[in-house]
Amino acid sequence: MHFFFQQLANALQLGSFYALIALGYSLVYGVLMLFNFAHGDIFMVGAFIGFFVATAILALGIFEIFVLPTWLMLALVLLLTIVIAMILNAFVGMTVERIGYRPLRQAPRASAAITGLMIGIILETGNLWLLGAERLSFPELIQTSTITIGGVNLTNKKIFIVLLSIALMLALHLFIRRSKWGRAMRAMAYDFVVVPLMGVSINRIALLTFALGSALAAVAGIFFGIAYPVLDPYMGIRLGWKAFVAAILGGRGSILGAALAGFLLGFIEIFTAAIFPSTMRDLIAFGIILIILTFRPHGFFGEPYSAQLRL
Amino acid sequence: MSVATQTLANRWSGLRAWLARAWQPFRPVPLLGWLAAILIAVIIERAVGTPVARALGMSKVPALFGFIIMLKNPGLVFSALLYVLLIYLLPIALVTRLSVRAANQIAGKLIGYSVTLSSLAHLSVLYAALFLWSGESDYRQLVAKLAMIAIITTLSLNVVNGYMGEFSCSHPGFMALGAYGASVLTVTLFVDDNLLGQALLPPALGPFMFPITLIIGGAVAAVGALVVAIPSFRTRGDYLAIISLAFMFIVKSLFENLEVFGGPRGLANQPNYASLTTIFLWTIACIWVINNFVRSTMGKALNAVRDGEMAADAMTVNTRRTKMTAFLFAAFWAGVAGGLLAHVIRYINPDTFGIRKLAEVLAMVYLGGLNAVAGSIVGAVGFVVMSEALRPLEILKWIMIPVLLILLMIFRPTGLIAFKEFEPEKFLRPKVESNDQASSPPKTAGDRQQG
Repeated sequence: MHFFFQQLANALQLGSFYALIALGYSLVYGVLMLFNFAHGDIFMVGAFIGFFVATAILALGIFEIFVLPTWLMLALVLLLTIVIAMILNAFVGMTVERIGYRPLRQAPRASAAITGLMIGIILETGNLWLLGAERLSFPELIQTSTITIGGVNLTNKKIFIVLLSIALMLALHLFIRRSKWGRAMRAMAYDFVVVPLMGVSINRIALLTFALGSALAAVAGIFFGIAYPVLDPYMGIRLGWKAFVAAILGGRGSILGAALAGFLLGFIEIFTAAIFPSTMRDLIAFGIILIILTFRPHGFFGEPYSAQLRL
Repeated sequence: MSVATQTLANRWSGLRAWLARAWQPFRPVPLLGWLAAILIAVIIERAVGTPVARALGMSKVPALFGFIIMLKNPGLVFSALLYVLLIYLLPIALVTRLSVRAANQIAGKLIGYSVTLSSLAHLSVLYAALFLWSGESDYRQLVAKLAMIAIITTLSLNVVNGYMGEFSCSHPGFMALGAYGASVLTVTLFVDDNLLGQALLPPALGPFMFPITLIIGGAVAAVGALVVAIPSFRTRGDYLAIISLAFMFIVKSLFENLEVFGGPRGLANQPNYASLTTIFLWTIACIWVINNFVRSTMGKALNAVRDGEMAADAMTVNTRRTKMTAFLFAAFWAGVAGGLLAHVIRYINPDTFGIRKLAEVLAMVYLGGLNAVAGSIVGAVGFVVMSEALRPLEILKWIMIPVLLILLMIFRPTGLIAFKEFEPEKFLRPKVESNDQASSPPKTAGDRQQG
């Protein structure tokens, strides 16, 4: 039982990365019916933006003018980092939309998928070119302390990451359900031929969708930096593609589905790695996904596929 | 279409008119004339290429039409251009222009005997030119081999993504299955290897058995394709894309875990069986078979399934059999391409067949254009030559290529040649000067503009 709960904690942490990234895929896919293959790399860019913002804030020592205990100061730095990185990465996402996807709004969907792939490669290579191949280590913004509950060791980092991720997902859910912009997004997801005729600008909604997804990806990047403090240009591919699969597994445009599928993927990976040799992780995780999709082809919460293919 | 495209098109119309005028004298040149001219240009290069290159200040003959030299040493741009002009463009222009009448007569006679004879004659001239061109250096030979393998891969993916209208991401997986299948066989049977033991058969048999091993590799890939083909009965489009993507990751991970075949370290020591001739013959066979396949009743059934599965079903198309055939057929050729690739590079590991490969293959298909055999050939060769030509840029190469592809997608979203039927007869026919070929050829029944 011990073992189970210990792994459960790890699984929740990994799952929250996947879920946060998967939400970005799912939003774009739900609203624009488009695979944003660049999203994994937007996550990577978000992590690097977080790294630079945090390092800059620490180096400038903005909070050192106040007399604060170290943990509080670091917490403030972390919060400020998250906010700034979210905003900056939202701009990255909107730029990608403007350059890579808007010109292709009327084009076959597959062409947009190719642009997405290519933008992803540009982001990776650009990073490699600008920063070199050496890995960067994320500054320690939460001082690790361990809490033991019933023999299960939980670090404060894990608790923080999981709770804040769930809070952000709830916030996104409320935004989509309650706000005017969220309603516009849902309407667009329902029908993007008629809704623009009702005075909703498809370009604005697309920008908003990309901004939201990229902001969440930035948070995922910072959390990833906190949990595993090493950043490299290819982290986006490693996590992004799996999160992409999770997003689709959740069902078209379903926020809840994407989040659940992200956590499920985390569980499968952690538990296969715990029981089998860790090299079998991808094999078993994708095998399970393949079986699920074979028997439930439209994902957890998606409707059966009916839309006319626009290929 | 955005405003930017429109203004650009206007600006280019002047250039277009000028190009059309320059092209005028070359209109009546048949394909045979072009091929013969290329052959003569290559012979000239082999004969006087090195002295000309030396005289122009280059240390050796430019490997890829001067692109690499221009990027490596911008000071030599003019001499590289001059070289291309002197060795390739001028002889080709002269020979085609002078031989118009003879080439037309010969082409007419050949096609008068039979289409097969005419195609064989064209192919042998093409092969002679390719053989001489790539004989100049090992690098050229490698580029030619990779380009031809890319043609096989791209064509086979076009069957699924273009003709059947799915977005399949599983092709690197099929290639991996074929590559491992063929290499395991050749390495076990004909090579003394640390991993897979002594040679079981005399190595002299190897080159003769190589086609059989390739076919077995293709068959392994086809069996693997069942994993994607069976779910395709129930779902289409995006969810099938995910299933195929998961399949690709599963295959990669499977080979990482198979320590028998080297695990993540990969499999090396493949014998050097994939000569230029072998690959050329396989490529021609692939183009011929796939072109006939997509023009057959089965190929039309694929298009019918793409355009409306229910309607196709109502019109007595057996959709399940159609999908199954398309997937297995495409996977077979992808497996053959993988086997050939393994024997060209002579080293494979699971990482060879990952996301980067997927991006490359998809880029080649969509660069060339969906639903077109000629498009796939152009896309594959264009992409391979482009990516080799930009090699001196090192890391920036992987920024330049994506930027070029994005621009192409923005200005030509369907790729270079899309939804065109490839009829060899039309290319082989002689062109008479009075016959104006400028107007677009009549649309065949299979042509379908995308809508």
